[in-house]
Amino acid sequence: MVTGHVYALTGAILAGLGLFAFIILRHPLRQLLAINVVGAGIFLILGGLGRGPDATDPLPQALVITGIVVAVALTAFGAAMIVRLAEARAATNAATRPDGGKPVP
Amino acid sequence: MTAAFDIILCLLILGTAGIALFVRDALAAIAFFIAFGNLLGLAWLGLDAVNVALAEIALGAGVTGVLLILARARLLALGDDATCADTSAWLRAGALAACAGFVLLLAAAVLSIPAESGLDRAVAPLMPGLGIENRVTGVLLAFRAYDTLLESFVLLGALVAVWSLAPAGVWPGRPADLGMADGPMRRVAGSFGRFLLPVALVMATYLVWAGSDVPGGAFQAGTVLAGGLMVSAIGGAIGLPRSDLPGLRVALVLGPLVFLLIGLAGTGFGGFLVYPQGLAKAAILAIEYSLALSIGATLALLVAGPNVIGPAGPAGGAGRNSGC
Repeated sequence: MVTGHVYALTGAILAGLGLFAFIILRHPLRQLLAINVVGAGIFLILGGLGRGPDATDPLPQALVITGIVVAVALTAFGAAMIVRLAEARAATNAATRPDGGKPVP
Repeated sequence: MTAAFDIILCLLILGTAGIALFVRDALAAIAFFIAFGNLLGLAWLGLDAVNVALAEIALGAGVTGVLLILARARLLALGDDATCADTSAWLRAGALAACAGFVLLLAAAVLSIPAESGLDRAVAPLMPGLGIENRVTGVLLAFRAYDTLLESFVLLGALVAVWSLAPAGVWPGRPADLGMADGPMRRVAGSFGRFLLPVALVMATYLVWAGSDVPGGAFQAGTVLAGGLMVSAIGGAIGLPRSDLPGLRVALVLGPLVFLLIGLAGTGFGGFLVYPQGLAKAAILAIEYSLALSIGATLALLVAGPNVIGPAGPAGGAGRNSGC
């Protein structure tokens, strides 16, 4: 088994592990983390399969760099949405509770 | 020897990923995710892909880690500690079976494809025409420049999307202050930020320049710049700018705009994004420097998040608003 396949197989397991976590974890922040693990796994598959005996294919490398940047953009938007949702929920809770108190712990 | 290193590294990666996903405490999960990202960077070094290793450690581990820690802190302030309620055993069993099947299919598909670097031989003879030697930069900025152009707009689009989450009535305003609440720690971070920001600027400039021939490039440089800006903002050395500041807007769109204009100018030389003979390196460097600036500013603001109600946090944060 060559080096490239070792990393590509690790990527395949990471993708499955991330998918499993995405299904069973019920908090959106943890699901966001799981998506990042799936992405990292897919990047490793791309990079590993481009690993030749003497060089690594530059095309998947460029593709993975693009992918990492897009993943960060997605994570930033996802995190902002999760925080905003929590703020909206806290505001609703404070408004509907008779004492109008602080957000529920 | 090397095979043993690869296998041990892969086991470490899988282990840290498992802990990051399934540990109960959210902060521990994020800490392990950052460790996971750094180990993944080592894996990319093992694959001889130094460009990707730089991007993975800076963006995948660094920026994503900061983003998740900030999100967790903001959720904690709202009374949400980001731990998960247990799901039913049936769901777990079903998900485990489905994901195990998925991994087996994927592994079979992976093993059916021989690992080879065929396109490296196709790209190598084209490099002298560009005047640069880093093949990944060549693919990113010349052979597949279209993808990179769209990607720079995706980053800008993500920032617009994040800004659009601001509560009603606070636009145009500032993002929440990133500064630490604890006084002495804030001063330490502030001194470090004032020291780090010039170093980050020099390093970003070097990474773009070096990226033509050795590993480096606009994305890595932009991330280093964003890191300097973030640490400075955390220490209160710089304040976060108002979102409608004209200079800030110029910094944000400069990279994609220069890229687009040079691409359009290429129609005079044979097609969209075609560089003129002999001027390819100059065009690529002009695009990369403006992209690095825009990526740095965009990433720092993506981490800061949408605008918030009221003045931007404690008085120290709004003191000097030099911005980006």
